[in-house]
Amino acid sequence: MSSNLNVNTGSNTTVSPGGLPSRRNTELAMLIFAVLIPVFAYANVGLAKEGELPAGMLGYGLGLGLLAGVGHLVVRRWAPYADPLMLPIATLLNGLGLVLIWRLDQEPSITTPELGGAMAPGQLMWSTLGVALFLGVLIFLKDHRVLQRFTYISMVVALVLLILPIFFPARNGARIWITLPGIGSLQPGEFAKIIIAIFFAGYLMVKRDALALASRRFMGLYLPRGRDLGPILAIWGLSLMILVFETDLGTSLLFFGLFVIMLYVATERTSWVVFGLLLSSAGAVAVASTTSHVEDRVNNWLDPLAHASNDGVTETAQAMFSFGSGGMLGSGLGQGLSRLIGGIAPKSDYILATVGEELGLAGLMAILVLYGLLVERGMRTALAARDPFGKLLAVGLSGAFALQVFVVAGGVTGLIPLTGMTMPFLAQGGSSVIANWALIAILLRISDTARRPAPAPAPSPDAEMTQVVRP
Amino acid sequence: MSELTLTVMRLGFLAVLWLFVIVAVQVIRSDLFGTRVTQRAARRNDARPPRQQQPQQAPQQQSGRRNRGGRGAPTKLVVSEGSLTGTTVALQGQTISLGRAHDSTIVLDDDYASSRHARIYPDRDGQWIVEDLGSTNGTYLDRTRLTTPTPIPPGAPIRIGKTVIELRK
Repeated sequence: MSSNLNVNTGSNTTVSPGGLPSRRNTELAMLIFAVLIPVFAYANVGLAKEGELPAGMLGYGLGLGLLAGVGHLVVRRWAPYADPLMLPIATLLNGLGLVLIWRLDQEPSITTPELGGAMAPGQLMWSTLGVALFLGVLIFLKDHRVLQRFTYISMVVALVLLILPIFFPARNGARIWITLPGIGSLQPGEFAKIIIAIFFAGYLMVKRDALALASRRFMGLYLPRGRDLGPILAIWGLSLMILVFETDLGTSLLFFGLFVIMLYVATERTSWVVFGLLLSSAGAVAVASTTSHVEDRVNNWLDPLAHASNDGVTETAQAMFSFGSGGMLGSGLGQGLSRLIGGIAPKSDYILATVGEELGLAGLMAILVLYGLLVERGMRTALAARDPFGKLLAVGLSGAFALQVFVVAGGVTGLIPLTGMTMPFLAQGGSSVIANWALIAILLRISDTARRPAPAPAPSPDAEMTQVVRP
Repeated sequence: MSELTLTVMRLGFLAVLWLFVIVAVQVIRSDLFGTRVTQRAARRNDARPPRQQQPQQAPQQQSGRRNRGGRGAPTKLVVSEGSLTGTTVALQGQTISLGRAHDSTIVLDDDYASSRHARIYPDRDGQWIVEDLGSTNGTYLDRTRLTTPTPIPPGAPIRIGKTVIELRK
C-alpha cells in the first residue's frame, strides 16, 4: 500500500505535501529546447535571405541562452517550486519575436529611418531589461501577498498611468504613449494592466461577498442590486474615457474585460458577464459612431477592401492577403512578402501577419497554442493557489494576457477592429516586453507559493500521509 | 540555397515548433488530470480481481477480522452530499482529516463544520475508524452522534453539517 502511495504522489501535481517534484530539470530541458528553436529560425532566415548562415547567429544564440540560463538559475534559487513551463514558453516567444523583427529589418523598404530603422538591436536590449525586471521581481518579491497591502495605492498608480498619455501628443492616432525627453517613450498601459490587476484582486477579495450574495433572481440570472453596480459602472466609465480621450480601443477593452473576468471569478455570477458584455458593446458602439479615429478602424474592419489613403487597400486587407499567401504551411521564414504591408507597424501590430505568411496556418496555430498554454498555466496557478488574493491575481494577470492576445490576434485576423496593442513577447515594443516579463515573474511567484509543499502543520503522527484535496 | 533545402527547413521548423508544443502538453498532462485519474487507474488494476471473488467470501469477512487492505476494505472515500459532492479520496492507509482548516485533507466549506472537525483513520487491523475531534456541531454516523472513535460499517453515511461522506469499495 505504501509503495503504491509513493508512485501516485510522484505524478500528483495538485497540492500534496511530500514527494512533489520541483520540476526544475524539466524546465531546464524545455528551456534548452526553447532557445534552440529561435536559433534554428535565425539560421533559416539567414539561409533564405543571404544563402549563408547569418553572422550574428552564434552571438544571438549565446545571448538568448544566457538570458534564459540566468532566468532559470534565479528561478531555481528563489522560486524552486514554480511552474516549469512559463519561463520556457516566454523565452521561446521572445526569441521568435526577436528573429521575426530581425527578419523584417532585412527588408530595406520597411527599415527606413522614418520608420525607426533596424529594430532588432533595440528589442534585444528591451528584452534584456525585461528579463532583468523578471529577475528583480522574483528575487525581491518574496511573497505575492505583500502586493495586497498596496491595493488602493495601485489603484491610484494605475489611474495615473492610464490618464498620463492624454497630456502627450497622439501618435498614429492613439494617445497611448508618454514621451520622456532623452530617454524615449513608453506605453504606460502595459504596466497599468499589471498594477490594476493587483487592485482588482485586492478589492474584489474584500467585496466579493457583497457582490455575490446580495442579488435577486430573475430569468435564471442573479441580478445585482443597484448599489452594487457602482464599481462595474465606474470601471466602465473609465474605460469609455480611455476610448474617447486616448482613442485606443485595445486598452479600453483590456481594462473593462479584465474587470469583468475578475468579477466573474470572484463572485461566480454569470450575470456580471452578461452585464459586462452589454455595457461594453453599448459603449463601443456609442464611441465608434462619434470618434473619428475609432470609426476609421471600424470601417476598415467592416470593409477592408475599401480604398485607403495609401495606394490601394487598407492594412487590414494587406494582413489578410499575407495570411492567404501563407496558406497551410507558409512560404518559409525569410521568403514572405510582408514588406508589402504598408503603414507604420509591420514589426509590431502586424507581426502576426508575418508569422501567418511565413509559417502558414500550422505555424500560426502553434504560436497561438503556445499563448494558450501560457494562459492555461496561469489559470492552473490560480486553481492551485491557496489564498483568495493569489487566486484572483493569477486569474487577473493571465486574463489580461489572454485578452491582449485576443485583441491583437483578433484585430490582425479581422475578427474585431484592429487596435494598437502589441502581441506579448512577439511584437516589437519595449514597454510590452518589459511589462510581460514582469507579469510572468509575478505568476511564477504565485505558482511557487501554490505548488510549494505545505510545511508539516502539526506534530501529528500521520502528517506526512495527508493529501490536500480541493474542490 | 537550393529550393529543396529551404523546403526541408521550412517543414522542419514547423515540425520542431509543434514538437515543442507537444512536449509542453506532455509536461502539463499530469497537472491537468491531477491525482484522481492516475490513482483510479492504479487502483483499478489491483481492485478488479478481488471484486470478482467478493460474493463467495463476503460472509466470512463480515464475521471475521479484516486484514489490512483486505478484500472487503473500502478503497475510497466519497463525498455524497454537500458543497464538495463528488469529491473522492483514495484510501491508502493514511489518516484523513476533515474540517474547515485549510490544511485538512478534505477542506469542508460548510457553515456547521469546525476547523478540525473529525478524522478518519485505519486502526492496526485496517478497519477504518471515524473520530470526532471535539467539534461544535458533532459528527453523526448514521443517526447517532459520535462520542468515541467508532469503526465505520460499509456504506454507512458520516454526516458533518450538510456534508455526507461514505466509504466505498
